[in-house]
Amino acid sequence: MTPRVVFPNKVLPYLLVAPQLAITLIFFYWPAGQALYQSMLKEDPFGLKSKFVWFDNFAKVLSQPAYVNSIKVTVVFSVATAAVAMGVALLLAVMAEKVVRSKGFYRTLMIWPYAVAPAIAGMLFLFMFNPSIGSVAVLLRRLGLHWDPVLDGTDAMILLVVAASWKQISYNFLFFVAGLQAIPKSLIEAAAIDGAGETKRFWTIVFPLLAPTTFFLLVINTTYAFFDTFGIVHAVTGGGPGKATETLVYKVYNDGFVNLLLGSSAAQSVILMVIVIALTAIQFRYVERKVHYG
Amino acid sequence: MATVDLKDVKKVYAGGVEAVKGVSIAIPDKALCVLVGPSGCGKSTLLRMIAGLEAISSGTCSIDGRKVNEIGPTERDIAMVFQNYALYPHMKVYDNMAYGLRNRGTPKDEIDRRVKEVAETLELSHLLDRRPRELSGGQRQRVAMGRAIVRSPKVFLFDEPLSNLDAKLRGQMRVEIKNLQRSLGVTSVYVTHDQLEAMTLADMLVVMNAGLVEQIGAPLDVYEKPASTFVASFIGAPPMNLLPLIGDGTSFADGSATGLATPAKAVTIGFRPEDADVAANGEVPAGSVTLPATVQAVEPVGAESFLHCAAAGGSIVVRVAGRATAQPGDNLRVVATAESLHWFDQAGKRI
Ligand SMILES: Nc1ncnc2c1ncn2[C@@H]1O[C@H](COP(=O)(O)OP(=O)(O)OP(=O)(O)O)[C@@H](O)[C@H]1O
Ligand SMILES: [Mg+2]
Repeated sequence: MTPRVVFPNKVLPYLLVAPQLAITLIFFYWPAGQALYQSMLKEDPFGLKSKFVWFDNFAKVLSQPAYVNSIKVTVVFSVATAAVAMGVALLLAVMAEKVVRSKGFYRTLMIWPYAVAPAIAGMLFLFMFNPSIGSVAVLLRRLGLHWDPVLDGTDAMILLVVAASWKQISYNFLFFVAGLQAIPKSLIEAAAIDGAGETKRFWTIVFPLLAPTTFFLLVINTTYAFFDTFGIVHAVTGGGPGKATETLVYKVYNDGFVNLLLGSSAAQSVILMVIVIALTAIQFRYVERKVHYG
Repeated sequence: MATVDLKDVKKVYAGGVEAVKGVSIAIPDKALCVLVGPSGCGKSTLLRMIAGLEAISSGTCSIDGRKVNEIGPTERDIAMVFQNYALYPHMKVYDNMAYGLRNRGTPKDEIDRRVKEVAETLELSHLLDRRPRELSGGQRQRVAMGRAIVRSPKVFLFDEPLSNLDAKLRGQMRVEIKNLQRSLGVTSVYVTHDQLEAMTLADMLVVMNAGLVEQIGAPLDVYEKPASTFVASFIGAPPMNLLPLIGDGTSFADGSATGLATPAKAVTIGFRPEDADVAANGEVPAGSVTLPATVQAVEPVGAESFLHCAAAGGSIVVRVAGRATAQPGDNLRVVATAESLHWFDQAGKRI
């Protein structure tokens, strides 16, 4: 516990936090308030007329089958992306740990992809998996697999997950490597002497001790998949085919800026805001508590 | 119930460091063998090779007559207590102790019985539900011991298990470890750099220096007949007084004559602080060494005092019982009898 500072002057403390408060209010609360206000307006596309309609927009949004579909798409996409990105990164980190020579070199190589911008990564994957010109698509076809992300929703989702995880893998890798290094070697040795084989050691010692790292990455990756993948969705599938890959964030953009349904779009972003707050609160309250060993 | 046999064991680390340069030790069944030596002499490396945590570069290591060079730590049936205890931080004390048994497929009720039994012996019963971070250093040490004992392995390995404890607790645990080892009758190898711990624990004392064995023997034999100047200065506190000799061993470094029948080739004479005495002027037994000395410092310990003196071109320590009357600056005569003298040759070997 840090000791509480008591100011004799009643005004000074408020003055001291004023700049921070001002920034928070102007750049965070005001826009959020605007969104909240707009979400209760009914506007024509040109912004000439508007009418206050209370929660009509929310009711409409939530009763739309397309919106419910978008929620499903987002959940599938986020869970798959977080799982793939973390699973592959953990596997690579464990492997890199075993490399005897030029460990540093391998690690550095693994970190590069993180420097690639999401939209560029999206384009790369788009080309590689393009049914008519993509090299990977050709390979898949040779293997006898039917591959068509332009027409098939599932294929499109797979492509999107691969593209979104690819970049995140290097980030996760970095943290997993650091996490693995923080586990004392003598624990692994003690477990080996205690008769645990390599797989058993991983699941009973290494994995539980990585829990703080895993939890942190879970938060980061979920948030990433939920909110930071607009660029990739836009570049790779544009939400299609149909609405098979239209995530919540992408739908906000689509409805607001393409279809010009401003009220509906604002209502959706408010819902998103609530989801972010809820997700963060849940993760910090219930998961974090269990994963720290002193 | 096993012997441990090391034959010309060497270890070269990747990068070319030769940590162990050919060590042969035969540890009999049920013995407690203590490896002692200065920091970096290869004690831990040797222990880790017995454990299977470090590959053996050449030579053989056998446990219970079976060569184990190629066998991993998992199959060697040994238990090790680490210096930092290496308790699994995410497991309760109970699970820490049960982990090894579970991995070996011991039935659940048997695990329960054995863990509780060992916890009873080590007075850990009330701590079984805690996690390691909720324990004191001494309690962690006990849990580490418990984890080793509960499996009843063939061999116990200890790597400086007491070095993180305070002096009093260390003394207590030392006695406890000795008693436990005796009553369990498990062959043990114990690494320490504390010569007191080494002397009091060992059935068999191995003094190591720079990757080689200097001497193997019962602790008191090593104390009474150190095989080299290194052992002489390592075992015993304060260490043995060693004075160089010149002129075919007839005089000390300052040129004064020894007046002794020096054995051929001796270049160093040694005697222990506790064998030396401050003598009043007068007759001394024949063959004794007498040194005029100047007191430089006095260390009172309580039951005894140590006089640090300058003598014969070097410095020596003399133990006197009780409170010392001498003051720094006093001139005295130090006497050590013929039977307490040790002689060493050019290579530092005992004559
Ligand atoms: N993994 C390693 N790679 C290279 N050299 C090593 C390695 N481990 C130890 N060494 C070297 O081997 C020598 C012996 O080390 P070791 O740990 O066995 O010493 P020690 O006798 O246990 O010392 P201490 O009392 O300080 O624990 C040292 O010179 C050390 O630098
Ligand atoms: Mg060591």
